[in-house]
Amino acid sequence: MIEIRFHGRGGQGAVVASNMLADAAFREGKHVQAFPFFGVERRGAPVSSFTRINDTPIKIRSQVYTPDYVIVLDSTLIDITDVTSGLKKNGIIIINTDKKPSDFNLSFKVATIDATSIALDNKLGSKMAPIVNTSILGAFAKVSGIVSLESIILAIKESDISKKEDNIKAAEMAYQKTVM
Amino acid sequence: MKNNQKYSSVEDLPEASVASVSTVYIKTGSWRVYRPEIDKEKCIKCFICWRCCPDISIGIDEEGYPKINYDYCKGCGICSHECPNEAIKMKREGK
Amino acid sequence: MVKKIMTGNLAAAWGAKISRAEVIAAYPITPQTIIVEKLAKFISDGELNAEYLRVESEHSAMAACIATSQTGARTFTATSSQGLALMHEMLHWASGARTPIVMANVNRALAPPWNIWADHTDMMSQRDTGWIQFYAESNQEVLDTIINCYKLCEDRAIQLPAMVGLDAFYLSHTSEIVDIPDQDIADKFLPPYKAFYPLDVEHPLSVGSLAMPHQWYSEFRYKIYKSMEKVIPKLNKIEKEFNKEFGRNYTGSLDLYQVEDAEIILVAVGTVAGTVKDTVDYLRSKGLKVGVIRLRLFRPFPSEELIKALKNASFVGVLDRSFSFGNEGQIFSELKASLYQTNRDPLIKDFIVGIGGRDITTDTVKKIYENCQKCLKNKKIDQEIEWTNIKV
Repeated sequence: MIEIRFHGRGGQGAVVASNMLADAAFREGKHVQAFPFFGVERRGAPVSSFTRINDTPIKIRSQVYTPDYVIVLDSTLIDITDVTSGLKKNGIIIINTDKKPSDFNLSFKVATIDATSIALDNKLGSKMAPIVNTSILGAFAKVSGIVSLESIILAIKESDISKKEDNIKAAEMAYQKTVM
Repeated sequence: MKNNQKYSSVEDLPEASVASVSTVYIKTGSWRVYRPEIDKEKCIKCFICWRCCPDISIGIDEEGYPKINYDYCKGCGICSHECPNEAIKMKREGK
Repeated sequence: MVKKIMTGNLAAAWGAKISRAEVIAAYPITPQTIIVEKLAKFISDGELNAEYLRVESEHSAMAACIATSQTGARTFTATSSQGLALMHEMLHWASGARTPIVMANVNRALAPPWNIWADHTDMMSQRDTGWIQFYAESNQEVLDTIINCYKLCEDRAIQLPAMVGLDAFYLSHTSEIVDIPDQDIADKFLPPYKAFYPLDVEHPLSVGSLAMPHQWYSEFRYKIYKSMEKVIPKLNKIEKEFNKEFGRNYTGSLDLYQVEDAEIILVAVGTVAGTVKDTVDYLRSKGLKVGVIRLRLFRPFPSEELIKALKNASFVGVLDRSFSFGNEGQIFSELKASLYQTNRDPLIKDFIVGIGGRDITTDTVKKIYENCQKCLKNKKIDQEIEWTNIKV
């Protein structure tokens, strides 16, 4: 079973991203589960959400404590949240930042993507609060190989988010630009 | 269900406490101690009594006066109290 | 048949839609709100031919449901926690009037302190209202159980309301794969509701008028008792038919997992059972004889079925996600009472877990199992009631 934990701020789309990732994996015949950390989220407050992907039905219903992947939608969270908590030894952390992986002093494999710029280029969200979830999913597809970019695109198409074409473009751009 | 059905056992009883026994079958007139009587000399046919009767026990007679249905009138006296012309007097039953 | 990723809340709304609910009277409350929002949208989009009644409270919601159900309309509502508590008076009325209302209840703790997370206090507190009570483990089960509930509740022999519990967030806000049944097959499986004593101006009835002590009040209550006795056999029959039509197998009042040769059996309700099953898989891989019984039904309480399922167990660990203050966990109490009728005397212990949404992990379950193992070895329980994961 693959477990993914998303860290974001309320409004960035972490919960939608975890759902959309589950949807993409479901389209590849996987069993999936996605859920928010059960908080009372507000815009800007740190939030987390989870996705589980498995070949067989998923029975477990607890939160994710030892993820295989951590996805950070906002690099400022690294200073205030223990984002790598429980991350498996060979786990990967994907960070939305304009920095390089080597700029982070972490004992895990780090992948970086400037999802904020991509979101702004594609006019997703506002300048102060760009919505980076679809970009980050493009990065996840590239880094993990667990789901294909095609499935992510399909999940975006079938979702009820607005600006689908722009979101697809953002996912594709992020897929190209992710560095590890 | 028949009207005014009597049940003999739990088996006959409907599941829900419904009754086709409408309150029409329950003659509440026997509860009355004071009976209202309308003085047609004083009645101005305003029908305030009809409007105020909580038991829908006031109808209309062939001359267009309010008519009390003693099968159901419980003798509450509201009609008498509300009558603007004091045309309804409450009299003790059995006298 | 369409498979989709959806939350438990959406699954509940779809359950009502596929059942062709004709009236929805509900009041929003976290974490149930999405259920009624979705139903309102179904109706406004013309996808569900139903009346949505806006009411000013849960008490009014249930009052409206009772009235519409009595006119012969298939009625649905949803609530949670404080909302269910506010309905309490009307819940008695709904069962007493024999209205087959189906309600989704998102299981959430009660205040104070405010807590919007999962536990079963809300529904356990409604134990004696005469409602059939289901607790679901998955979103699929939420959807399917709502359909089955209508078939069960509208049966002449039953004529009682049912509530389907789904754990706050663990189901209500968790997305997973749900298979939406074909409407055509569902329509065949669940024909339109026909009330046995409909309110109808052409054939007037009075409902719920006075019954004096010497009249029929006791008998009306006796009839609810007799109908409750028929629920489990009827449910088994309905779920067999459901399996034939939709290809999903539900097992009536209990869901048994690895119990046949289990020495230690854990009894659980709702989503925690999933985590317990997962842990059982792990423990079984170590050669340990452990199983889990999930109660799908709490009212009527499946005593006979439990006694049968526990016949080989030496130790029973009950996981209660609620507590009856001044006594013990509700499932523990009732299970002990059931076993009293038998010659069986397995060791039995109550673990209070997940109160106010405290996360129950495989580590929690392993710890519980180890404690059961230790007690079994000593042939003696260390304490009858243990509040698990309390910070000491």
